[in-house]
Amino acid sequence: MTVVLISVGIFAGLGILFGLVLALASRVFAVKTDPRVEQIIEALPGANCGGCGYSGCAGFAEAVVKGEAPANACRAGGEAAAKRIGEVMGIEVQALEPMRAEVLCSGGCGKAKEKCNYEGAHDCIAADRMYGGAKACPAGCMGLGTCVDICRYDALSVVDGVAKVDPKKCTGCGACAQVCPKHLIEMIPRRVKYSVVCHSPESAKETRQYCDAGCIGCKLCQKNCPNDAIRVTGALATIDYNKCTSCGICAQKCPRKIIRLVRED
Amino acid sequence: MSFTETLLLMFTAILAENFIFSKFYGCCPFLGVSEHPDTALGMGMAVTFVMTVASAATWSVYHFLLVPFGLEFLQTVAFILVIAALVQFIEMFLRRYIPALYSALGIYLPLITTNCAVLSSALLIVQNGYEFPQAVAFGFAAALGFTLAITVFAGARARMETTHPPRAFRGFPITLIAAGLLAMAFSCFSGIKL
Repeated sequence: MTVVLISVGIFAGLGILFGLVLALASRVFAVKTDPRVEQIIEALPGANCGGCGYSGCAGFAEAVVKGEAPANACRAGGEAAAKRIGEVMGIEVQALEPMRAEVLCSGGCGKAKEKCNYEGAHDCIAADRMYGGAKACPAGCMGLGTCVDICRYDALSVVDGVAKVDPKKCTGCGACAQVCPKHLIEMIPRRVKYSVVCHSPESAKETRQYCDAGCIGCKLCQKNCPNDAIRVTGALATIDYNKCTSCGICAQKCPRKIIRLVRED
Repeated sequence: MSFTETLLLMFTAILAENFIFSKFYGCCPFLGVSEHPDTALGMGMAVTFVMTVASAATWSVYHFLLVPFGLEFLQTVAFILVIAALVQFIEMFLRRYIPALYSALGIYLPLITTNCAVLSSALLIVQNGYEFPQAVAFGFAAALGFTLAITVFAGARARMETTHPPRAFRGFPITLIAAGLLAMAFSCFSGIKL
């Protein structure tokens, strides 16, 4: 009986002692945290995608409170998050134009020629280091899906040997654009309807050798654009999205059908 | 126990009787936090830190509190209580005074409060009847063994990321097989008689 009493007594004593010490410690070692950090974290999507350049939503929230990060840097959260952060911080916030990712390659199976039979690690970065992957075109999508793995929103998939973005799921965080070793994923404004779905800077002759789909720089789009929004440099057309009104004339004129409707409403 | 014997004790705890590979303690963080070498190392550091301090604390509690009252049979409960309170206290202390270390160990500290590796090192120290210096050395060395194991394994897993095993093995199964292979490799150390 005494053993029971002693053990109960000792454990109760230990428990009370630890409780007191911890309670005291929480007072003594208290760290003041800004309540705004919590509020901002609640306003963010919480996917920790890292599109803002910080380690996660919590890191971004802290940086905003410290004044290091702009309040509108969260693309995934968009306008709603920017507005809420503005309210918390008591400042006027202009939401960034909503963006999304687009894969600038049309060289799917049967179109792009292959220069070898790649059997290495199933990863674009590894393949790129191995003589730039299996496709003959040095700029083309290798279709091994490193962008698919990195996407937190399940917005990418490899269709027919080329990565494809689902605009409905894409939040514009830009993680895929950062990870792609060929740098052929571009962040484009959401409103854009037409895009040059090729990224090859090679000459027309070389592009023809590599791929049945690539841009050959014929300049038909540049000549026909009513808004002067298309420039052909080298043998690759690029659209200035600030000038583009999505009229679609370039897509009609393009002989290689490489300027395409990329957003169907 | 002489200094040489203490060193031998540490060598045994790190390699020959590695906590993960020969005793199977601490398998949950070993499998859960070994996806990236960086986080694995962070976890290892947190375990090393807590296990060393906890070994000292539990040894003192056992010898100055439980033994005098003849309450050795309550050691498990007492150790859990002490370790939990200690980790909580360390966390608060670090947060206030060493924020850099806190943010490095941050999320791992609470995770290892109820870790079986930490508890078992405290219990083994009692079972083997170590003196105080040996107890601390054992706790530290066993945790180093844990860190070694989890970091090596994280390196192996980082390699596996880019491979494509058959569908049935993908993900967790191949991870367990790799852990088994690594454990077999470590079993070679148990052949060393000291």
